Amino acid sequence: MFRNAAAISLHLVGLLQGKKAGASVTRHLHQTFTMAKQMQARRLKGLDYNPWVEYARLATEYDAVNLGQGFPDFAPPDFALEAFQHAVSGDLMLNQYTKAFGYPPLTKILASFFGKLLGHELDPLTNVLVTVGAYGALFTAFQALVDEGDEVIIIEPFFDCYEPMTLMAGGRPVFVSLKPSPTRDGELNSSSNWRLDPDELASKFTPHTKALVLNTPNNPLGKVFSQTELELVASLCQQHNVVCISDEVYQWLVFDGCQHISIASLPGMWERTLTIGSAGKTFSATGWKVGWVLGPDHLMKHLRTVHQNSIYHCPTQTQAAVAESFEKEQLCFGQPSSYFVQLPRAMQRSRDYMARSLQSVGLMPVLPQGSYFLITDISGFKSKMPDLPGAANEPYDRRFVKWMIKNKPVSSEGLRPLHPLLFCKG
Amino acid sequence: MLLAQKRLGSLVSSTKFLKTVNSSRLLEFSTSAAMSLKFKNTKRIEGLDKNVWIEFTKLAADPSVVNLGQGLPDISPPAYVKEELSKVAMVDNLNQYTRGFVIIIVPFYDCYEPMVRMAGATPVFIPLRSKPVNGKRWSSSDWTLDPQELESKFNPKTKAIILNTPHNPFGKVYTKEELQVIADLCIKYDTLCISDEVYEWLVYTGNKHLRIATFPGMWERTVTIGSAGKTFSVTGWKLGWSIGPEHLIKHLQTVQQNTIYTCATPLQEALAQAFWIDIKRMDDPECYFNSLPRELEVKRDRMVHLLESVGLNPIVPDGGYFIIADVSSLDADLSDLKNEEPYDYKFVKWMTKNKKLSAIPVSAFCDSETKLQFEKLVRFCFIKKDSTLDAAEEIIKAWSRQKS
Repeated sequence: MFRNAAAISLHLVGLLQGKKAGASVTRHLHQTFTMAKQMQARRLKGLDYNPWVEYARLATEYDAVNLGQGFPDFAPPDFALEAFQHAVSGDLMLNQYTKAFGYPPLTKILASFFGKLLGHELDPLTNVLVTVGAYGALFTAFQALVDEGDEVIIIEPFFDCYEPMTLMAGGRPVFVSLKPSPTRDGELNSSSNWRLDPDELASKFTPHTKALVLNTPNNPLGKVFSQTELELVASLCQQHNVVCISDEVYQWLVFDGCQHISIASLPGMWERTLTIGSAGKTFSATGWKVGWVLGPDHLMKHLRTVHQNSIYHCPTQTQAAVAESFEKEQLCFGQPSSYFVQLPRAMQRSRDYMARSLQSVGLMPVLPQGSYFLITDISGFKSKMPDLPGAANEPYDRRFVKWMIKNKPVSSEGLRPLHPLLFCKG
Repeated sequence: MLLAQKRLGSLVSSTKFLKTVNSSRLLEFSTSAAMSLKFKNTKRIEGLDKNVWIEFTKLAADPSVVNLGQGLPDISPPAYVKEELSKVAMVDNLNQYTRGFVIIIVPFYDCYEPMVRMAGATPVFIPLRSKPVNGKRWSSSDWTLDPQELESKFNPKTKAIILNTPHNPFGKVYTKEELQVIADLCIKYDTLCISDEVYEWLVYTGNKHLRIATFPGMWERTVTIGSAGKTFSVTGWKLGWSIGPEHLIKHLQTVQQNTIYTCATPLQEALAQAFWIDIKRMDDPECYFNSLPRELEVKRDRMVHLLESVGLNPIVPDGGYFIIADVSSLDADLSDLKNEEPYDYKFVKWMTKNKKLSAIPVSAFCDSETKLQFEKLVRFCFIKKDSTLDAAEEIIKAWSRQKS
């Protein structure tokens, strides 16, 4: 806190545990030290480190080509930019508070757009909640549903925030890994090759399991879960009465004719699934920080309670921009002019280009079926350069990334605990 | 849990809540009742589902209602603030990726209590008490804390005290002496001060906003909170900030990176630019930090005059954009409304429906034990266009004529 004063702190801890504060001790404390009390809440224990903060700093310091953090370095589509301009120069009252659970034109279009996709009629008031990014949607869901001692199944590799959010809610993360099947010689590995073992997955469910976090398309692998794989997850969730938190932020970024399927549309799943989406990923406008949750009222009402006791409203104008952007897309949905058709087409070309580049330097990429990430196996490098500078116990991939930033200025993020290296294209 | 339910008893009918949850579970699931308990709310939000703003904003949403309830301006933000946001909209790169006790002074901005409970701490309440002087207008400065009573609320497990100055709903601007009392106690008991200063620029003639973080010994234990929405009349931008010493702010950053992670980029850029414009002209009367309170003081005085002219007893605020009135003399007939709600809740609902004028009941800003002390008080927001205040005046005058 203020200063390290281990002996005094220990004594104070004793004081704070209910013993009366002796006047002489208190006087002494306030003369020499202040704020010796531990101020931060215990829920923050171990959560202060954040890899994005660390690697972004490094990338800037070494002026690296940043393929690390997941955001586009190109503009959002024109219709989205126009929508934002309309929002900031239109009705003056857009500068003031809107409805707590979502700007009405946005909740209305989200209900209409996704109702069709999920095969379930959505009420804008009870089945839709607008949040500060999908990140905020995840936070709200964890706080609403995960209690002390609840178990949350997380599929590895996972977007890093699922673990700290589970811990911050007092829950216990239970991990199960996607594992690659071996490829034939010369064959490029694909994210579809990475699978869950059904028996292993089933074994992770206990009477304490509250939720399972599903991320499809998956970050960082780019795996798009198939109908069969989703049916497996669905049947286990129903069997054990578990909530599925489905992070579908990359739902439009699917390649090679793959189809994104929302688990909420499977039989028996609507009533136990929260489907999370992101305007930032949908419209390449991560700085707008608009996300949403879709789900049944009996779950959504708890998220509304958390929301109204935390941030309460989201900014109005960014919501207005997202609403107008969706309205434009709804008009050309499924047609070649749709952004949801054009963006994945462009990203597929970037993916293929990146895969070829990586192969040319001896790295082994795993071709993603979706998302805008691609991971690469660096074990070839590990055998040639086993000793890279780094802290004791620092995993190889983190050392590799830091080495690469400093020496070959392309940044990326380390993928703990697996050896493969993460790239982001965009 | 029991403590939470007892305290929130008048806000939440907890048995009713549980019954509702139970019946919906029976309808939705064919699995056993024990398994269905998994879909219940987490303990941290038990009893926190009711919210005064949601309840009253819904009522006031009818376009025929003059809304002096929720605190948002219906006046335009300054032109250069809007321009900055428009400019920013054209720049495409900005579209990318920004168990202890807590003492709460009553009345309090309503979110403090649920936030303290959601964090697992126990709120400890202390009311402001009024000593109006005969012949003198009732002022927010007449509402004070008793220093001995305040000290009695501190103990070695007190984690923080929440200070709100200028105060919502009274508009009280804490004096140097009052802040010194609080500072002395924070230092003596090694307590944090969370200082909500969102209305910092809205102080009226004869008053000065003082920042407790500037008091000796206080910088290291204070987190000072500010709001773009209140500063620039842009509540919809939803940008705020915390200022404090690194050893406290780092923990807030940890929470931020595990909750929303960043705030909207273009809005932050626009806010930064707007601040640069005004920071360069702090002594200029046209600086928004000077022009807005000047504009609002006129509206405040108008509201005071209006409320007095119909026999209501207003508490003249020294700051903020709310004014409180004692409505008992209006003698509204509330007999057909639910009995278990405080008087001011019933009054505001009746007034919204029957007089097309909305406000907020002050007991919404109280804990369950002090509600009755404040239940004849109603809060009106006056950061509104003249035409809105004209409409309110019509209603209040007509109402007063009806009575006599």
